[in-house]
Amino acid sequence: MSTSIAPQVLPEKPWRPTFKRVLPDLFGALLTAVSTVLIVAVTPLKGKLGFSLTLIAMALVFSVLISGVRKDKKAAFNSVSTVFVYIAATFVLIPLFSILYEIYSRGVGALTWGIFTKDMSLSSADAPVSEGGLLHAIIGTLYLVAIATIISAPIGLLTALYIVEVKGRAAGLVRFFVQAMSGVPSIVAGLFIYAVWMIGLGNSYNAGAGAAALAILMIPTVARTSEEVLRLIPPDLREAGLALGATQWRTVAMIILPAARSGLITAIILGIARVAGETAPLLLTIGGADAINLNPFSGNSSALPYYVWKNLSLGNPESIERAWAGVMVLMLLVFIFFTLARYFSGKRTGR
Amino acid sequence: MNDVHVSSLADVASNHASKKQPGTAVLGTGLEARGVHAWFGKKHVLEDISLDFFPGTVTALIGPSGCGKSTFIRILNRMHEFIPTAALAGEVLLEGKDIYESGTDVTKIRLRIGMVFQKPNPFPSMTIKENVLSGLRLAQLKVSGEDELLESCLRRAGLWEEVKDRLGEYGGALSGGQQQRLCIARSLAVNPQVLLMDEPCSALDPGSTLRIEETIRELSSTMTIVIVTHNMQQAARVSDYTGFFLSDGGPGRLIESAPTSQIFSNPKEKRTEDYVTGRFG
Repeated sequence: MSTSIAPQVLPEKPWRPTFKRVLPDLFGALLTAVSTVLIVAVTPLKGKLGFSLTLIAMALVFSVLISGVRKDKKAAFNSVSTVFVYIAATFVLIPLFSILYEIYSRGVGALTWGIFTKDMSLSSADAPVSEGGLLHAIIGTLYLVAIATIISAPIGLLTALYIVEVKGRAAGLVRFFVQAMSGVPSIVAGLFIYAVWMIGLGNSYNAGAGAAALAILMIPTVARTSEEVLRLIPPDLREAGLALGATQWRTVAMIILPAARSGLITAIILGIARVAGETAPLLLTIGGADAINLNPFSGNSSALPYYVWKNLSLGNPESIERAWAGVMVLMLLVFIFFTLARYFSGKRTGR
Repeated sequence: MNDVHVSSLADVASNHASKKQPGTAVLGTGLEARGVHAWFGKKHVLEDISLDFFPGTVTALIGPSGCGKSTFIRILNRMHEFIPTAALAGEVLLEGKDIYESGTDVTKIRLRIGMVFQKPNPFPSMTIKENVLSGLRLAQLKVSGEDELLESCLRRAGLWEEVKDRLGEYGGALSGGQQQRLCIARSLAVNPQVLLMDEPCSALDPGSTLRIEETIRELSSTMTIVIVTHNMQQAARVSDYTGFFLSDGGPGRLIESAPTSQIFSNPKEKRTEDYVTGRFG
């Protein structure tokens, strides 16, 4: 038995489907496609809707038939649920990709280096898209998001800590109000700042007021997401910290927050995503401007959503093209920000 | 404040041999529970527990699930009070002073009475080294010669040889048994007088269990150890004294406590004998 030459064993993946095994599925897909085309051609079911419905129905019919014939009733039921899951997933992706495609195809034409370096102070609304730019709106949005984050990240995080870690007497009440706050329509947040800060205290439009309105919307998102994240931290980590003779504050600062780090950064990102595209509160608070304003606490400002709204409402073709470019830049900005935040939050994590 | 521990631990170590006998412990040098009752809400879970823990010995707490052993051990370093509905009566004396006395700095109590939990719980955001030294950082203690302390704690926990070349890795990368020994090393770094262990081996394989039992034996010469265990053999192997807890549906009571050899060979109570011989529980 003991030979010196071991038999050559190669790594395999026997669970991987072979061509022969997926052949019936491919056959089913082919039947689905052919029958759909035929039905659409010969019956009054026309258009995108008719085509989609026929496709779904045919996919169901053939998957049931094939797995029913090849295997049994259980396999047929399994196929039905699988088809439904795929359909649902497709229905989620279709709007997403069609929105992205629409924005890209309409906005990319106006996307030149110039729009990142110029503002609209020297260009009229009906000037060609190659003139002027939206730098003032980018700067405004950056200010707004930064100030709103500076206000709401600590408040939201501390609120979550109060609910989860301190478990204070009013924790249930605070939680209830945070939830209620997350349902506040964005225009109400803008109106609140407008009524208190401007009418009540006699201040004028500026980015700071807009950021305050955005912060009202951002705090509940940050607080609720952070709360969920903190609840996921195993209680034995807290106990371990406390059992080592740490105060609650030290335990939170040294163990809980580092363990929850990436989740908490995600909470802040979600908060930013919530407010970066908000338009309504800004209409009442930042005043709007065509020139760059580097002081967020004095004078009118613009912002990307505001820029989009303004250009759309101007109505001439150049403005509408500018609006689409604004939408695209806004999406790119949010995307870049997410990527950066993901990168930094994933840099150092245990386990 | 770290120096205080060192001197008292040295005393403990030098007096170790003379204090191995029950009843001869000099009052105020060990840990004593006196007439301890515990409640969760209205539910009375522990009734009138009085038990002495002698310096330099290992005391095992045994008994079926739900008899209040874990509640009792958590009372000994004031972890009990983190459960919102918890209540307590009685005294727990450390060196003759009630740790529940009002005005007591509870963080200082927990520095002197360390705890190892059932599930290994190294801090996931910290490396092995940071985990061991975390107690010092958490309690904001200054210590000279961190590297020496790191090595000595890991050696005493029986983990040094396995991790000495990977101190910068995260604690979560270790195996379950290694993680538990890391948690023991972490508890040792703040130099406690008493180490409480709540079923420290229940999540571990037999090999790791054996390593930890060796560790417990080695540590027992320098500190007071209390261990909750469901494993009768473990109690017999590692402990000098054993306390048997039992609940008859009502609150848990201490049925019998005696030197381990007596509990396992010649218990006074019929119920103890039935339990340790495996007739119930």
